[in-house]
Amino acid sequence: MTETLLLVLVVVTALAFDFTNGFHDTGNAMATSIATRALKPKAAVLLSAVLNMVGAFLSLAVAATIAKGLVDANVITLEVVFAGLVGGIVWNLLTWLWGLPSSSSHALVGGVIGSVLAAVGTSGVIWSGVVSKVLVPALAAPVVAIGVAATGTWLVARLTRNLPQDLTSRGFRWGQVGSASLVSLAHGTNDAQKSMGIILLALITGGAVPADSGVPFWVIISCAFFMALGTYLGGWRIIRTLGKGLVEIDTRQGMAAETSSAAVIMLSSHFGFSLSTTHVATGSILGSGVGMPGAKVRWGVAGRMLAAWGLTLPAAGLVGAACFWVGHGIGGFLGTTVVFALLVITSTAIWWASRRKPVDHTNVNEAWDEEKGADLEPVAATTGVAGPVSVAPVMAPEAASSSAVAIGAVHADISGSTKEALRA
Amino acid sequence: MSGFIEWGALAQVMVAGLVVGAGIPALFALGLRLLSAPGAPDGAASDGAAVRPGLARRAGALVCFAVVVGAVVAGIAFLVSGGH
Repeated sequence: MTETLLLVLVVVTALAFDFTNGFHDTGNAMATSIATRALKPKAAVLLSAVLNMVGAFLSLAVAATIAKGLVDANVITLEVVFAGLVGGIVWNLLTWLWGLPSSSSHALVGGVIGSVLAAVGTSGVIWSGVVSKVLVPALAAPVVAIGVAATGTWLVARLTRNLPQDLTSRGFRWGQVGSASLVSLAHGTNDAQKSMGIILLALITGGAVPADSGVPFWVIISCAFFMALGTYLGGWRIIRTLGKGLVEIDTRQGMAAETSSAAVIMLSSHFGFSLSTTHVATGSILGSGVGMPGAKVRWGVAGRMLAAWGLTLPAAGLVGAACFWVGHGIGGFLGTTVVFALLVITSTAIWWASRRKPVDHTNVNEAWDEEKGADLEPVAATTGVAGPVSVAPVMAPEAASSSAVAIGAVHADISGSTKEALRA
Repeated sequence: MSGFIEWGALAQVMVAGLVVGAGIPALFALGLRLLSAPGAPDGAASDGAAVRPGLARRAGALVCFAVVVGAVVAGIAFLVSGGH
């Protein structure tokens, strides 16, 4: 009985990871389309969610392996997988809170390595595999993606130099949405597969299905569904960083960046040098700023991102190890339940912290203000009609007054008087 | 460190990535350029929107867009075939 309950907890946690994976990675495909307003924010995440769902059904070449070639396959138990999943989820949520795109698969790998270290020590980890399959690709991905996207952007900028702007932005809007869709599809195929693999492995380990079993249909459906749900709810904080924080982007850059992402992601798996979707997408967006004559790249934001990538493995590993110790220390089903309860509490706390400065589809495209930390202050909508507070957050007062010249005196007057009306 | 890096695979990804990932947007841009008003190097005649591109330009644009669509179809086929 407790065996079954343990299995249920692991499956639920795997689906939760699947959810954070969709949630965390929406921006990889859709941030540029949202930033250039090629798609409305809600429409973009809906399209991405549907394509993620379709992608999950496209190919069912699922292997029941987790962290293959990175840890000793013999030490993988339900307990280890569970602690690893918790590590991955917690790191995914934390980086989401900070608005930093980081690789979901690296978070999972980090969590599993951490829990393996806690379970059997350093002998359980294949360090050469960790270096060649995780660390080196993490360094190579942005280099390749920046190179490809910068070249593409530069070529596009040259070729469209003298063209009327309405024609190029109309044309590239299509190209951008098309290429972003391909990235979403690839993400659904790749990443939903990983969660299916974990659940299949858990089912086999728990003896619920025979070792040579294929993926049960309910696993496919639920993995596809939870990833799509996560994608639809949209990690707006990460979308904002990718779309507005790194570079100011136009539709030409967006198309070049997404095409570069799609091409590099698929080619890298074709040539057996798998690169993280997130690393490639981020690199491509950076590259579209590098290749665009006159575009400004915020290297400070890029640097913070790189730091988060470097931290992903050890941080998720630490959480994974801690979870294993807690779970194993208490022991049995009770230990797993305690860890699960801790996960729920932590997730709720992180969500609660995010509500203090919410980012959602209404303010995802607000101007980025690096010096002031992109502070947003909720005020009434500037339509002249007093709406509920936090309808349309605008910049904090200091920033608003400095940008008022650019926005126009009329706008400033309206927002100013609305603020006063609110305070009165 | 060199033993840890599969230089061959990395180089393949880089080269193929440049050809496809940068080539497709460039072709798309070229197609748009061919479709826009001809003989307007400085954008001087571009406000005369009634000017239609000639047959050769339209055919060229069609080829460009066809290659782009072909690449997208190839990408989807790759995903379906489980090559990921």
